[in-house]
Amino acid sequence: MIKYAWLIPVFPLVGFIINGLMGKRLSKTAVGTIGATMVGASFALTVAIFLEYLKLPVDARPVEIPVYTWIASGSFKASVAFLVDPLSLVMLLVVSGISFLIHIYSIGYMHDDPGFPRFFAYLNFFVFFMLTLVGANNFLMMFVGWEGVGLCSYLLIGFWYEKQSASDAGKKAFVVNRIGDFGFLLGIFLIFWTFGTINFREVFALAAKYPVGSGIITAITLFLFVGATGKSAQIPLYTWLPDAMEGPTPVSALIHAATMVTAGVYMVARCSALFTLAPISMMVVAIIGALTAIFAASMGMCQFDIKRVLAYSTVSQLGYMFLACGVGAFTAGIFHLMTHAFFKALLFLGAGSISHSVGGELDMRKMGDLKKHIPTTYWTFMVATLALCGIFPFAGFFSKDEILFHSLVDGHLMYWGIATAAAFITAFYMFRAVFMVFYGESRVDPHVAHHIHESPKIMLIPLMILAIGSATVGFVGFPIIKGAHKFKEFLAPSIIYSAGHHEAHYSISFEVGLMLFSMAVAVAGIITAYRMYIKDTDIPNKLAEKYKIAYDLIFHKYYVDEIYDMAVVEPIKESSNFLWQGVDVKVVDGAVNGSAGLVAWLSSHFRKLETGFLQNYALAIVLGVALIVGYFVGL
Amino acid sequence: MVVPLPYILGLSVALFALGAIGVLIRRNILIILMCLEMMLNAVNLAFIGFADYFKAVDGQMFVFFVLTVAAAEVAVGLALVVAIFRQRATVYVDDLNILKW
Repeated sequence: MIKYAWLIPVFPLVGFIINGLMGKRLSKTAVGTIGATMVGASFALTVAIFLEYLKLPVDARPVEIPVYTWIASGSFKASVAFLVDPLSLVMLLVVSGISFLIHIYSIGYMHDDPGFPRFFAYLNFFVFFMLTLVGANNFLMMFVGWEGVGLCSYLLIGFWYEKQSASDAGKKAFVVNRIGDFGFLLGIFLIFWTFGTINFREVFALAAKYPVGSGIITAITLFLFVGATGKSAQIPLYTWLPDAMEGPTPVSALIHAATMVTAGVYMVARCSALFTLAPISMMVVAIIGALTAIFAASMGMCQFDIKRVLAYSTVSQLGYMFLACGVGAFTAGIFHLMTHAFFKALLFLGAGSISHSVGGELDMRKMGDLKKHIPTTYWTFMVATLALCGIFPFAGFFSKDEILFHSLVDGHLMYWGIATAAAFITAFYMFRAVFMVFYGESRVDPHVAHHIHESPKIMLIPLMILAIGSATVGFVGFPIIKGAHKFKEFLAPSIIYSAGHHEAHYSISFEVGLMLFSMAVAVAGIITAYRMYIKDTDIPNKLAEKYKIAYDLIFHKYYVDEIYDMAVVEPIKESSNFLWQGVDVKVVDGAVNGSAGLVAWLSSHFRKLETGFLQNYALAIVLGVALIVGYFVGL
Repeated sequence: MVVPLPYILGLSVALFALGAIGVLIRRNILIILMCLEMMLNAVNLAFIGFADYFKAVDGQMFVFFVLTVAAAEVAVGLALVVAIFRQRATVYVDDLNILKW
């Protein structure tokens, strides 16, 4: 079975081809069925391969499945091949599994959209590239997947392209990602230049010979991390993700929460062998991660669009994952990636279901008291919220606590402090959202109020499955006491530490104490939200008035977009304008038009030779003959 | 009596030059054609002269060819003149400058 791993991405590709070419002629049922079945087939195959992999003897792991040699030029060799190891298996399972559920959900959610076949074609195409990205065995193929998911993200953010804001958001995502991709590409060049190969396992084996802190490895990892900040929406390239919420909600759930944005974390974990050799890069990763976690969380506090709250939450949670990777706890980062995929996908799908029930509204100020109208959505959303806040025993508790733990013992007190503060804010803004949407007085538009309805079953069933996952998936990381747990042991062969790494052990009371503390912080956040949005709803307004400057700053997202506009976009526009009007029009076009003008000017003089009089030509002939004859006669 | 070759060639050159000048400076197409004939006949004269001088018949043979070509040329030339006259009602080359674009 394992040798058929290359089929995993092929199924969605087939779905893309069928739906992309013939989708308009097929019925909606057929399109939806093909789209979901193809991803389902990938998931089933991944599960089968996973089970078979578990049975393999340890020395037969990991498995590389070559498909064909793509480029062979001199010493450069790039092949299309798949690497089946614990890390890629975890990613393949998460990606194909969540994608499958979201495809099913989309059949219901997108049912009345005229672009239904196009949507499924893009979605399948995305899954194809994402599976290529995580299954690749070399950097170039990973880059192909990396670019492909970027393309699909662009296509799907701008899915409703007739809306100006949606097409702008798509462009923004694409351009910002391009900056990161450039760094990634430079990193790959540098890897080939240094090691002479781009195959993961060969590179990591060769890297082991370099000393810790060597300059070239630091440069490589920093470039790779630039790529990761673009794709995974970290400071300073996070601005595209909140705008990406212009896309349909299943897209936000699949691409901008569960899978694509985690590609950066996956890449950093995949390159753990390189990152652990570069302490400076590790520190950069941890600092960026921690800053993003708190920065994005604070912006989430004052948003009123429910999807934007979730978007900032995603940015913040991705920051956590990078923080974990940065302090060397790669498995904790991947663990959080996995649990986050479940509950964040669920939150987005829940948000989709909520807006579906109130006629497409996303503004939380126009919701309220929806609990009794949409009970299934309510309890699934609640499970996901608790998981995100890190309440025992939901999934987020295990992974988030592990990150907090490692940020303290492997990192620095400051990382832990920032992460804990972010956890408090996370609990606050998530319950703010829950209270605003489901509790309190109904602020729903009266026209919509009597139409409030629960979503169809095809949307609710994925919600329920994800809710079960969000509640239970954390247990693969249980127990976290005494360092290791099942998930960590499974991932261990994929994560390569530098020589000096050792697993430290801490007393149980210390670990439990930390857990209780982080829970207490989350509960404090919830209570704060309760006081502000249920008990005394005047508090938020009073606070906003009292600390007007701070509130304005957060409400306007620290004016980061405006600053980028002023500092980057406008200067580029200006210089482009100069290059266009000054250099292109005047210099380039000037040279071309000038040479044409010169020829025209010369011709206008030479044409006077052509009199049109017969005898002028005859004279020329006579003179010519005279000259030739004179020459031969020897005059 | 034998006319010496230089005399014959001198006459031939004079005739050819007259013809060429006529072609270049006259404005009436008919006269230009006649001057053209004169140039051809100047060449014929040179051929005959050389044939006599070298006692070879090749030159005389060429003359017949030139005469044939000249006859054909005159036929075509006059036909063209008639055609041009019908269209433009003139035989003066000053008025026929349509060779210019």
